[in-house]
Order: sequence, then structure tokens, then C-alpha cells
Amino acid sequence: MKIFRIGGAAVVLLGLAVAGWLFLRGGQPSVPRSASQVDAAVLKDPALIAKGEYLTLVGDCASCHTEQGGTRFAGGRVVGTPFGDIPAPNLTPDRTTGLGEWSFEAFRQALHSGVDRHGQFLYPAFPYTSYTKVSRDDALAIFAYLQSLPPVQQAARQPGLGFPYNVRNTLKAWRALYLHEGEYVADSSKSPQWNRGAYLVQGLGHCNECHVERDAFGGMRSDQSLSGGQIPVQNWYAPDLSTQANGGLAGWSEQDIVDLLKTGQSAKGAAFGPMAEVVARSTQHLNDADLRAIAAYLQSLPARPRVAYEPSQLDTKPILDQGAKIYTARCADCHGKQGEGVAGVYPPLSGNSSVNEPTGINAIRVVLLGGFAPATPGNPRPYSMPPFAQQLSDADVAAVVTYIRQSWGNQAPLVQERDVIKYRHTPID
Amino acid sequence: MDTRAQLCHARRVWTAILLLAAVAFAGVVQAQSADAPPPVPDTLKQRIASCTACHGEHGEGTPESGFFPRLAGKPAGYLARQLKDFQDGLRKYGPMEYTTRYLTPDYMREIAEYFAAQDVPYARSPMPRIAPEALKRGEELATRGDPSRQIPPCAACHGTQLTGVQPNVPGLVGLPYDYLSSQLGSWRTKTRATVAPDCMAEIANRLSVDDISAVSAWLAGRELPADMHAQPAGSITPPLHCGVLGAGVQP
Repeated sequence: MKIFRIGGAAVVLLGLAVAGWLFLRGGQPSVPRSASQVDAAVLKDPALIAKGEYLTLVGDCASCHTEQGGTRFAGGRVVGTPFGDIPAPNLTPDRTTGLGEWSFEAFRQALHSGVDRHGQFLYPAFPYTSYTKVSRDDALAIFAYLQSLPPVQQAARQPGLGFPYNVRNTLKAWRALYLHEGEYVADSSKSPQWNRGAYLVQGLGHCNECHVERDAFGGMRSDQSLSGGQIPVQNWYAPDLSTQANGGLAGWSEQDIVDLLKTGQSAKGAAFGPMAEVVARSTQHLNDADLRAIAAYLQSLPARPRVAYEPSQLDTKPILDQGAKIYTARCADCHGKQGEGVAGVYPPLSGNSSVNEPTGINAIRVVLLGGFAPATPGNPRPYSMPPFAQQLSDADVAAVVTYIRQSWGNQAPLVQERDVIKYRHTPID
Repeated sequence: MDTRAQLCHARRVWTAILLLAAVAFAGVVQAQSADAPPPVPDTLKQRIASCTACHGEHGEGTPESGFFPRLAGKPAGYLARQLKDFQDGLRKYGPMEYTTRYLTPDYMREIAEYFAAQDVPYARSPMPRIAPEALKRGEELATRGDPSRQIPPCAACHGTQLTGVQPNVPGLVGLPYDYLSSQLGSWRTKTRATVAPDCMAEIANRLSVDDISAVSAWLAGRELPADMHAQPAGSITPPLHCGVLGAGVQP
């Protein structure tokens, strides 16, 4: 037996040696602040700072780089991933705990290549897979704005990652697979508006970071752009964003998209869960030209193949009957007998992307949690939905969710009690 | 009748007139559209279904269990502060944190004022079995405090009748034992906090576990005063410097 143990240890040691050889070198350290090519006076330009502030809103930087109830951009929020917790660092110009010692070149390298100023690989919870598309000019404006903030001394916590993820050099393999470094290149066959939309969606807006299914290594396939996916750990489903046939947003007009991003609500649906946060902290602040550009780009996404779900082996009739009963008693007053909703007040459920998404997670969790659409200047006193977690059993939630997923033209797979049990206790953040 | 009472009376008369008018109007609307679904009322009450589903239409809470606290009649500043504390994660309860997360200060203020303005009777809640000596200790803590352990009496901040003080201090009488004791407990376990200096966290940590039961039981069992409204602003001088009582507490 002992010989096996020694043999096993030898294999592990050999593996470590190979890994060490493969991953020994990290990235390149960047230039120190003193050697920066960017004149300090440039960074003080109020117009550049104002532009940068707007771009941080587009990039939703403060969402991760601000702790709940904390100082904006001082870091501290923990981004949960299947590999462990990654706290977002302090972006204020504090010299010891923030970006006070960073040169623009170092900042740009982080944004563009995911490498910090010492040459360490950054964890891709920081979405440099998208931010790599950001132009140098925009990066400069963002840096100027961040440097204009009052410095806050607040050290980032250590990432809560186990072996091997705590060895940053293992990211070398991940980067080779998933990081396609390079600024956005305009498509000259398309309009400037379309290109602006594509630049914002693929780059700073980093929409793909949620709206693409991640694989077992937490990476995203570049050919699946905006086709929808389950957000790991948070357990919400970010729907497919195609507005064409079989798309998650099939039938959404340009105005519907603009409305949702600007006010948190559209005639087709309301923002909730992580998208409510995106609207509250980011998209409601975008100017109309940018919102229209985003909508124009999303409307150009291709039609999707029709997904035919296998019919369930279960006898669904009793489930649907039970679901219909609950729907009539609890839901129909607001969402309508035919799931038609009330324009501008209560979202329709018929044809709703979050009702029909493949997993059923969104409908389950919305029934359990209820909640308000985000309050925005365009919708300052939103209507809300009661949480049903205290009132409905797991079986009842499964029944009513299955009912709305299979009524009024909706054709999504049934959900089961065990799915509800699983998501009832998902933490809200 | 003082001016305040006159105002109250006038308000009640007006409310009655408005209600009658509303009922008459509703009748007309209903007659007009027998088939079409009724329009969604443009009222705050309709908008905050997410709140009233658990706390009750008038914020009466669930006095029988104490689980969903009463909101009715609590001072608006206090309620708005609680919403903000949930939003900031100072008070930890997933469903409330989720619900408040993307509300604006203005909207939270409006919701707080809605519940502050509700005037519904207090229902009695189940009492724990507790020894008479413990109740005596509870009364002592509530009315005289325990100077040896630097515990001020509840009444010093929560009002002479313990019905609260406008605009930031809630009443304590009429609340369920389970609610009161669990709040004191949650200050100790840091699942309930507020802006610093967090006086109640300090006080809750100076109380022993038996003290928490004692004072919660005495408060929950106390005969309700005829007037349950919070005392007017400025009518007490708090013995402690508390974040929630200081300047700039408007969320």
C-alpha cells in the first residue's frame, strides 16, 4: 500500500513540476507612474474626466467595485464564482490600497490584457475578455475620471480561492483558450450607429459576461455571442438577446429595448435580479443615442434555431390543473387571464423571455421573491410583485411556473418541485 | 380641542368625503366597463403589493407570530431609515435586502410615510411563561435602567409612555415578545445594525440573555396607553449620542 502512496505523491510532484514549467512566467510588469507617457495635466482635463465618468457608468464599474452601502469605487464587493470568491479591488487613487501608484499604461494593460502593474494575471471575474475591446481613448478617459476621485484607504480582501485556482499563473491556460485580445474593429459594411452599439455591447457594456453560457472552466465560447446563459453562483438566467425569430427577445422593438434599459420597464417585460442592478447602476444613465445604438445592434442579431423540447415523461395534467388554480387565485389579477399583463404596469407573461428561458430559474425565483422593478427617473414609483415564498409550497410554485411556461403560446419545459427546492435557498446576491 | 386635534378632526372629515366620492366614482367606472378588466389603481397601496403581502395592507404585521413586524404608526423617519439599512446591508434579511435594493430615497420615504400614517388597533400577542421576578426586572430596565451596567431606561429614548418619539424613534409597547426579543438578539449577532454610533447595539450587548427576555416580556405584556401615537419631536433629551438621532440621518 505504501508504494502506491509514494507513487501517487511522485505523480503529483511531477504534475506540479510540469505545471510550474508551463506557467512559470506571468505577464509583463507595466511602466511605473513616473515613466508614464501620459502628461499628468492631460488627466486633469475636466472634459476628459466627464467623459470618463460617463464611460464608467456604461461599464457599470461601480457595481462590482463598491461594497453594499460602501463608498463608490472603493472596492470590497465579493464576486462569487464556482471557483471561489473574488473581491473587487479599490479603484480610487489611494496610494497604498488603490490606483494611486498606477500609470495609465498599467491601467490600460489591466483593462486590455488582464494583467496588473506588477505583471500578475488578473482573475477574469474582472471582465477583461470584454474590456479588451475598449479603445485607448476611452480607457484614458476612464483612468482620468478614476484618478479624479477622492482617495479612500481600503485594502482589498484576499481572494477566497482554493488550489489550483489560487495560483494566478494557471490563468495562462485559461487566457489561451478564452481571451481574444484586441480593440474593437469597426465593420465598415455597417452604419456608425450599429458599430457604436456593437462596441458598447461587446466591449464596455460587457453584456456577454452574463448573456452567454459559461463552460466548466468558466469560459465563454466566442461563437455564442448574446445567446443566453445561466449566471453561475447567482443562479439567474440571462436570456438570449436576439429580437428575431426564436430569439429570447423575439418581437421586441427598438423602443422596447430602449425603454427597458432606460426606465427598467418596457411593454414586453421588466428588469429584475441582476438586470435590475444593471439598469439601476448603469443603463438608465446612458444617453439616448447610445441606447438607440445598442438597440439597433441587438436588433441585428440573427434569428435562432427553433428549440424543440422533449415532451415530459410525467403526466403533466394534474400539475397544469393545480397551476391554473393558483394562477387564477394569485396571479391573474395583475398579469391577466391570458398572461397579457397591463401595459406599462405589469409585464405580460405570454411570450416573456424570462418565463420561457430554458431553465425555469427566473420564473421560479421571481415567484418566490417578488419585488420592485428598479426605481428610475422614467419609472420613479414602480409597481411591485408580492413575494410568494411564504405562501406557496415548493410543489405549488412548480405547478404555477409550469402552467405559465406552457400556456398562451408559451412552450417551455416543465419545472419540478426539486428545482424549486434548489433555488428557494439561493442567496439573493 | 388643541390645534393638532382640530387638524386631525378636519382631516378625518375630509377623508370621509373623499372616500365617499371615490366610492361613487368607482361605481360609475364599474358600470361603464362590465367586461374589461378593472384598471390598475394608481395608488401607492397598489404599487407596494410587495410590502403589504407580508406586512399587511395597513402594515399591521403578523402579531400572532411576531414574524412580520408591524409597520403601522411607526415614525416615518424610523421606517425610512430601516429601508435604507436593509438596502445598505446593515440589516440582514435576504428578502428585504432584495426588495429594497433598487429603490430611491424618495420612494422609500414615500413608502415609509404610507405606513407611518396607518392607524390600526394593536392586537395582543402570545406571551411567554415568565416568572414574576423576571417581569419586575423587565419593568426596572424599561423604566429606570441599570446604571451599574450603564443601561439607560428604554423610556429615556422611546418616550415616557414607550410609544416612540417623532421622527426617528419607534414605540415599543404593543409589539410581540418574539419580535422584541429577536431584535435585541439580532443587534448582538450583528444581523441588525444602523448608522454609527449604533446605540442599540451597545445596549443590547450590555443586557444579559435573561435581561432580554425580561424586558421584552414586560414590554409585550404591558397595558396599552390610550394614546399609542409617538410623542412629538424634541420632547425628549436622549442620554446617548446615537447615529439615528443625529443630524443628517435623512436617508
